[in-house]
Amino acid sequence: MQKKQGILAWSLIGLAVLFLVVMLVLPLILVASEALAKGFAAYERAITEPFAVKALYLTLEATVLAVVCNTLFGLASAWLLTKYAFRGKSLLSACIDLPFAISPVVAGLFFVMLFGRISPLYPYLRAEHIAIVFAVPGIILATIFVTFPFITREFVPVMEAQGTSEEEAATTFGASGWQIFRYVTLPNIKWALLYGITLCTARAMGEFGAVSVVSGHVRGKTNTLPLHIEILYNEYNFTAAFAVASILVLMAIVILILRNLIEWRAKRGTQHAH
Amino acid sequence: MPIEVELRHIEKSFGSFQASRDVNLTVEKGRLIGLLGPSGSGKTTILRMIAGLETPDRGDILIGGRRVNDLAPGKRGIGFVFQNYALFRHQTVRENIAFGLKIQHVPKKKIQERVDTLVELIGLKDFDHRYPMQLSGGQRQRVAFARALAPEPELLLLDEPFAAIDAKVRKELRQWLRQTIHQLGITSIFVTHDQDEAVEVADDIIITHRGHVEQAGTPVEIYQHPRTPFVADFIGESVHVPDYTIFKGFANGTTEGAHEGIIRPEFLEIGRNDAELPMPLSAETGIVRGVYFRGNSAEIDIEVKGQRLKGLRSLEKPPLHEGDTAKVFIHRICSFAGGETAVLENRAKQENSVVI
Amino acid sequence: MVAAKKVIPGFSFTFGVTCFYLSLILFLPLAAFLLYSSGMGWEKFLGVVTDYRVFHAYGISFGTALAAALINAVFGLLLAWVLVRYDFPGKRILDGLVDLPFALPTAVAGIALTTLYAENGWLGSFFYGIGIPSAFSVFGITIALIFVGIPFVPRSVQPVLRDLDRELEEAAMMLGASPWLTFRQVILPELLSPLLSGTALAFARGIGEYGSVVFIAGNLPYETEIAPLLIMAKLEEFDYQAAAAIAIVMMALSFAILLMLHGYQRYRMHKQGV
Repeated sequence: MQKKQGILAWSLIGLAVLFLVVMLVLPLILVASEALAKGFAAYERAITEPFAVKALYLTLEATVLAVVCNTLFGLASAWLLTKYAFRGKSLLSACIDLPFAISPVVAGLFFVMLFGRISPLYPYLRAEHIAIVFAVPGIILATIFVTFPFITREFVPVMEAQGTSEEEAATTFGASGWQIFRYVTLPNIKWALLYGITLCTARAMGEFGAVSVVSGHVRGKTNTLPLHIEILYNEYNFTAAFAVASILVLMAIVILILRNLIEWRAKRGTQHAH
Repeated sequence: MPIEVELRHIEKSFGSFQASRDVNLTVEKGRLIGLLGPSGSGKTTILRMIAGLETPDRGDILIGGRRVNDLAPGKRGIGFVFQNYALFRHQTVRENIAFGLKIQHVPKKKIQERVDTLVELIGLKDFDHRYPMQLSGGQRQRVAFARALAPEPELLLLDEPFAAIDAKVRKELRQWLRQTIHQLGITSIFVTHDQDEAVEVADDIIITHRGHVEQAGTPVEIYQHPRTPFVADFIGESVHVPDYTIFKGFANGTTEGAHEGIIRPEFLEIGRNDAELPMPLSAETGIVRGVYFRGNSAEIDIEVKGQRLKGLRSLEKPPLHEGDTAKVFIHRICSFAGGETAVLENRAKQENSVVI
Repeated sequence: MVAAKKVIPGFSFTFGVTCFYLSLILFLPLAAFLLYSSGMGWEKFLGVVTDYRVFHAYGISFGTALAAALINAVFGLLLAWVLVRYDFPGKRILDGLVDLPFALPTAVAGIALTTLYAENGWLGSFFYGIGIPSAFSVFGITIALIFVGIPFVPRSVQPVLRDLDRELEEAAMMLGASPWLTFRQVILPELLSPLLSGTALAFARGIGEYGSVVFIAGNLPYETEIAPLLIMAKLEEFDYQAAAAIAIVMMALSFAILLMLHGYQRYRMHKQGV
């Protein structure tokens, strides 16, 4: 592209790098430094503490369930939005985007009102001993709510770029919808789809506001890692808070690296195809 | 005629790809030049170097006698029409055309006048407040043309000006562009890979091949006297013959060296029998291998002495069919013997005698 | 779109799945929320949302989100430009880093930024030194919102900038335009649409953001209390109606922003055929 990059180019690059270093890298370094402030033994104690481990498991459980459900929904909705023209399509598309405009705290409020003490459903749930709010199902539901548009929004452009001609060609051979998806669509876009899932995974893992409303903060029961961090921090147990935070930082970085590797793989895939 | 543009010993590489090798050319003032060549032959690179959008590795570019190598593109007095028009989508037709004038701080009133004239010239008077996306391909092309002309450049460069327009509009637009450019008298160079387009529109054609200028001249000169095998092959439809001395009327050319040549369809006359040909005794006999309808004539694929030739036959005459035996008279052949190209006429015609 | 063309099989299935999932995850909770809120009555609603403390919280949320979105618009444009137009070592890392705020749990960002900008923090000691209380202040909230909003603008501008036809700039150059003029009059109009949508998304996100802000805000009523936090406070007092009332106004605000963006883009499409 630009062969000669002048002073202007280098100062713009410098400014961009400075911005990201101050805004993004510095906080990461700080997490590591605070986590290890009292030595490695304290760090190890903090992350192997039973409540922290429980919180990690709950976080993983909620993340995996939310991502699996959202991926299935994402595939169906992206397929629907890109392969067909139908009345009400833009309305449906807008509905899928709705959670983007809703504060996570408000999303949590939705579920409290649907399943909580003030809900008309509450007597039935209570009679059946089903706890949703202030329990694990509520956490999962809230996580799903906050993250499902991400997957659809990542899938739609991928399927759009893929177009419909190959699918239409497959139709002329009498292929069923599932066969078309399995043999025509999926092989073309599987890496691009995987790429879309990574970010949703990170969001699900770190969801705080919505989960905070529905969880009830029961230690060892309904505490996810982000909530556990809040509790530790509010107890002025900074080292432990940052130690637990460092696990999430590592997971976020791993996801970002994976995402870049997948992107590279996805690009290679399309280059082969053409 | 004074020289408007001159390129001297231009060399240009992109990495390991040599886009220009020792390019030399001159363009006279007021001429309309077609820069013709297959894709990858370096024609667009030449155009972009004249414009200043690329810098040559070596050599000089002169415009109006002044060396412009180090002059910024916008200061060379050149109007450039881009292949995809490159119209500013967020500006109306008027704003697009006025863009160059505004940059030169031309007074508002003058800009209005100039834009009015140009909008009229391109026939888009009623469309001048539209945005480019609301115009057809041909209309966009004309806006791009007007925008390039607005600052009254000395030289107009057009990169594949008709490539993005559908076939029917293209024909009209070619005629319009040729007339308009001649009417304005502006020196113009356009790049094309389509020889019909070059022949139809240009006063002079410059043929490029592998980064080199193969030949420059009027369409007629180039057609009748191709200087290299490439030009002969590239211009017009032609059949390559490894040894033309096998044909009647061309037998005793120069004896030594290769006897390679090219025969164009219009060099042949094909008849069903002797009666249809002017000099039947000097005609060859061949077998029709294929007949293809070409709209205004039939293209005949015919085998003569083991060599496939192509000729045209009027649809008015009785039709030929695959497998028929037919007579072929070869009027002339382009030969490349000894690295020189020459047009050889059938000796039967020159000597006005029968050659058997 | 009266006679919808559905050549590829699977329409009913994907339509069914999408509608079912949306009903369960989105419409049902939303309906519960609306049902509950409708029982509140105008008097109570107006009483809550016109309360000075609530009103002030809206102001803080709105103002800081707007400031952060504008700052992100400038730096986001810079980042997109640098990442698309220039080559420099570490470019890939920088590009990957832009996604970090999406991937990093907001609670982690919250405690890290708070520690960083606190009075004895690495950056805080500088800011407090020059008389700016950088934590537990509006300044701190803005910093946190800048952090969470970083990816929006670069990620929407980058693809458009990458696909921008270089001929446009060359055309401007041929007509004698300087680089700055070319940027302002030719490139910027092309980027306006993604720039606006990126900024609007960052803005909407900022209004609803909770996790990263709650730590650095200090949460002093009438000073650094944000709207989502107030919802949380009302919930803890079991004043569900007040929480719902505050949430309704926040949602209306976010929808208004996104609708305005949508309307503007429709208008441009209509007017310029872009």
